[in-house]
Amino acid sequence: MSEQHLRIGFIPLCDATALLIAVDKGFAAAEGLDIELVREVSWSNIRDKLNIGLFDAAHLIAPVAIASSLGLGHVKVPIVAPFGLGVNGNAITVSPALYASIAAAADGENIADPMVSARALARVVARRKSRGEPPLTFGMTFPFSTHNYHLRFWMAAGGVDPDEDVRLVVLPPPYMVDSLASNHVDGFCVGAPWNSVAVDLGIGFILHPVSEILSRAAEKMLGVRASWAQEHPDTLRRLIRAHGFAAAYAEDPANREEVCAMLAAPNRIGASAEVIRRTLDGRIKVAPDGTLRVSDRYLMVGRNGAGRPDPAQAAWLYAQMVRWGQAPLSNDLLAAAKRVWRPDLYDAALPGEAATYDSEPRDGIGAFAGPAFDPNDVATHLAAWDIKR
Amino acid sequence: MDPSFKIVIVDKNPVRAAILEDGLREAGHVQVVRIEETSHLLARIYAIDPDVILIDLENPSRDVLEQMFQMSRAVKRPIAMFVDQSDSASIEAAVDAGVSAYIVGGLRKERVKNVLDLCISRFNAFSRLQDELDRTRSALDERKAIDRAKGILMKVKNLSEPDAYALLRKTAMNENKKIAEVAQSVIMAAELFK
Repeated sequence: MSEQHLRIGFIPLCDATALLIAVDKGFAAAEGLDIELVREVSWSNIRDKLNIGLFDAAHLIAPVAIASSLGLGHVKVPIVAPFGLGVNGNAITVSPALYASIAAAADGENIADPMVSARALARVVARRKSRGEPPLTFGMTFPFSTHNYHLRFWMAAGGVDPDEDVRLVVLPPPYMVDSLASNHVDGFCVGAPWNSVAVDLGIGFILHPVSEILSRAAEKMLGVRASWAQEHPDTLRRLIRAHGFAAAYAEDPANREEVCAMLAAPNRIGASAEVIRRTLDGRIKVAPDGTLRVSDRYLMVGRNGAGRPDPAQAAWLYAQMVRWGQAPLSNDLLAAAKRVWRPDLYDAALPGEAATYDSEPRDGIGAFAGPAFDPNDVATHLAAWDIKR
Repeated sequence: MDPSFKIVIVDKNPVRAAILEDGLREAGHVQVVRIEETSHLLARIYAIDPDVILIDLENPSRDVLEQMFQMSRAVKRPIAMFVDQSDSASIEAAVDAGVSAYIVGGLRKERVKNVLDLCISRFNAFSRLQDELDRTRSALDERKAIDRAKGILMKVKNLSEPDAYALLRKTAMNENKKIAEVAQSVIMAAELFK
């Protein structure tokens, strides 16, 4: 089997684990693939380099795969996503001052409940408005990002209009922590390890891992151009296999230490192995005093079917694009969004892996607010909300 | 070229930004503003109110610019990335050179094409210069290593300078290595025996 050379772009985040381990632990080589990893600094770069063919594949933030395919905000380049690199993994972190305000506004209720915290945020926002204070500012990573949608979904459920009542600004993840420390933002939603970095520095409190807001949320996908997938079916199959084996390897607690040491390398994620380990183990330090919250849903790399793309996730993301005015509502666009997720390619590459899990939400999403999500009926999902565009 | 554009260059590399600015001024663009510091980037850009924004691709703040497509209420004029499906070659050339262009206010793309082309050629010229500098630096480092290794051999083996060099060269030929590599090994061994 001749070695096939592939260039794959990634952003240094914990949900690149399956890709990084596929290369560094030799799962890709075992499939006859010689992968050159390219560390990138922005989602715009990843998108453009994938679109024009400088990358064969990429670690893609899930909504970008859909936005590219539908031609939203940019050139239309159909993408297919045959492997889920991560489910969940984001968290909402706020400054100590905002944390104290939210806690005080919760009237003794437990702000670990996202409905309590969202309603408390609404009271904080209203009080600031009545005093003529500037609106709160929240950082997220990209207009078409899960972070944008997760923040909006949470605060809107409590009555905060994300466009009218607060400011949402794009910040590159490496700048998030600095921006919180210097009070440029009051909070942010970002992936691991950045929330933990803020907590470790004593400048942030993790208000919610996003798994408390949506029980199951597709976060990053392995993405390739649809045309490339058609021209290289065998290479793609091998690429999916390498990812599947690497994800399973990374999830085995016996391999954690080795895996985290590999991921911590400066040319990979470049964060401390300990922080990466806490993320993969789901032991999240939520407050600077060391308070831990343990969740086996924090970031799922290979377990509970995380690798198998679920088109319901694509439908949910498309619904958020419609809700916030980024895309028009149409059955054709909904169908096109769902077609980006390719469980069929996953099943062909990794036969026998498809399974149902009792632990997973019945509608595939498990949102903390609103009715169950029906991936065939986005209009009903939208009708449930007062705050929308 | 149309000298009436206001052009913003977002680049953390001051040398490259200066090279690009010079090129744009030579081409008759008098309204060129450079931004190196990227905190509060959007506020700075709104204050300048440019027609064209050029940003280097090593800059994580590129994602911040993408937000301007969305926030129509906050921006006075619409903004778009320089994308032209019919001219994919120039997009590829730009990404390859490491630069991206954004157009504000619905300026016609052909009017900006010259700016982008100039940008690409200046960015490429800059990376050629950088490569040359890196090569010169490493050649200098190699020379230094060979000199040090010669000194070590002269002292330890009591050799003349030509003999020390001849020994390095002979070893390199036998081992099928570069003289500089053998010199590095000599230095490392000497460190270990210290």
